[in-house]
Amino acid sequence: MSSLASLDGLESKPAPAVSGTRLAVRRFLRNRLAVVGLGVVVFFVLFCFVGPLVYETDQTHTLLQQVNQSPSGAHWLGTDAVGHDELGRLMYGGKVSLIVGLSAGVLATVIGTLWGAAAGYAGGWIDAVMMRVVDAGIAIPALFILLVVSAITTPDLTGLVLILGLISWLVPSRLVRAETLTLKNRDFVLTLRAIGGGHGRAIVRHILPNSVSTVIVAATFQIADAILLVAYVSYLGLGVQPPSTDWGGMLSTGMTAAYSGYWWLIVPPGLAIILVVWAFNAIGDGLRDAFDVRGRA
Amino acid sequence: MSTYSFLIRRVLQALAVVLLVTVVVFCLLHALPGGPARGILGPQATASQIAAFNHEQGLDKPLPVQYLYFLNQLVHGDLGMSYTLNEPVSQLITERLPKTLLLTVLSAVIGLLFAVPLGVWQAVRRNKPADYVITTLSFIAYSTPVYFLGLILVLVFSQVLPWFPAQAPQGNSVADILAQPQGLVLPVVAGAATMVAVFSRYMRSATLENLTEDYVRTARAGGTRPRAILTRHVFRNSLTPVVAMLGYYVPVLFGGALVVEQLFNYPGMGLLFWTAAQSSDYPVLLGCVLVISIATVTGTLLADILQRVIDPRVKAGRS
Repeated sequence: MSSLASLDGLESKPAPAVSGTRLAVRRFLRNRLAVVGLGVVVFFVLFCFVGPLVYETDQTHTLLQQVNQSPSGAHWLGTDAVGHDELGRLMYGGKVSLIVGLSAGVLATVIGTLWGAAAGYAGGWIDAVMMRVVDAGIAIPALFILLVVSAITTPDLTGLVLILGLISWLVPSRLVRAETLTLKNRDFVLTLRAIGGGHGRAIVRHILPNSVSTVIVAATFQIADAILLVAYVSYLGLGVQPPSTDWGGMLSTGMTAAYSGYWWLIVPPGLAIILVVWAFNAIGDGLRDAFDVRGRA
Repeated sequence: MSTYSFLIRRVLQALAVVLLVTVVVFCLLHALPGGPARGILGPQATASQIAAFNHEQGLDKPLPVQYLYFLNQLVHGDLGMSYTLNEPVSQLITERLPKTLLLTVLSAVIGLLFAVPLGVWQAVRRNKPADYVITTLSFIAYSTPVYFLGLILVLVFSQVLPWFPAQAPQGNSVADILAQPQGLVLPVVAGAATMVAVFSRYMRSATLENLTEDYVRTARAGGTRPRAILTRHVFRNSLTPVVAMLGYYVPVLFGGALVVEQLFNYPGMGLLFWTAAQSSDYPVLLGCVLVISIATVTGTLLADILQRVIDPRVKAGRS
């Protein structure tokens, strides 16, 4: 190649090769809100998982001598109705909120991606039926399904993740389907098919890797929505069982106490939920712009 | 595809979706452990009492038979009897639905009244401090659980400042509710907040998109004042698709109503659903979900048609 260039007298320095990923990272880092969002997520992960090692509190025993105390030097965010330190509880509950939200968001994205890719690739009536199923799912608001489920059973954490994942995969499936529809007629897929490559190979090796940016962006928004949904779970009666708790559970149990003026039982978990959900949305927004893909407005 | 065949296809699709919803909900409700009998008769009920209840309600027949029976009644407008309220479900819903519609329509209209100007203003001041502040605020509003927002509203505007009642107006008819407008303020604000957040984003991006169109450049080159371009051309062209988005937003509005009605004790369909879930009153649950899914599917259908009518470029539709 270089000899050809020198023949033509075009031996100029080639532009430094910048990979698409590096370009996307650079664009992401220029988005201030997204970077702040990333910072917030890192902070809360450290707060919930490293925090309890530094700030040790008793979150299992009932401590009647110190119930409903307002914030003080000994308990920075006060104590709740059974005497648990509220700051420690925020770390303890945050673990559950983050793990459940993250797992449910990822699970929803995986289901949605596979469903959408299969539907879009198959096309025809299979696609039509699969997408009507998605329409039917979207027609029943998630909160209504959760409330019905709460009438039936109280799941453990794994069950909760499964339920949340199974009711929120619909939006990513639409996005991935749209992406697949354009990808499946591109030359590299058609070539693979022409030389005898199977459908499975076309989906797994070619279509999914090329939809990776769409999927990552969808996953980020999905995690934000899942953490928000987890916050509703206790309110709807599906909550994590005591002595364990999560931010939504702290909020729900703190609600009645808030009317008695114990604001410190609801403001910290409420703000934590808002901040983390906001942060994942801001990251999703930044990633979408950086990868230049379609997603939520 | 001609407009007629598009319409026919979309209506048929919508009907298929509603039918699917009935199957899904039917299966979901039959997953109840011990069946609804356990929920109605209580934990003390004997096996023979449960058997008698199941026989009386037709719950001892095979599932497909029960489903067809249910579908047949449905076609005749019969949603069955509530297990706990001793009233036909269709009557309960016709009594509650108008009140829920009042709440959701008020929230949607008030939400739009704030969201649209905010979105336009953000687009005009793109990447300036005002844009960042409103973007951040709308993300925050979007990230707030509705019940937390409602609680804060009650604490601030009902407890600390005794401006509005913490309870929603009570009454059997929409007129009764409207007779006590102060009680509607907090529920409507709680319901409209997410709406403002989401639709100001839509309006912002729709306006930005239109501002880069050729017709704007042409108008500008022709000497039309920027303000006139904005109000006469860009605003109109951006508003219609955003209003069409309302059709896709129906499930979110109902989800919000569910929480708001429970929180403020508002006597609508959401509260009916909530109490029905607590007492395993499954004809009521089934009826409500059906009504909501029909509303959602209709909303989506209208939005699809509207988008096609206002923008001839959308030909293939969302399929």
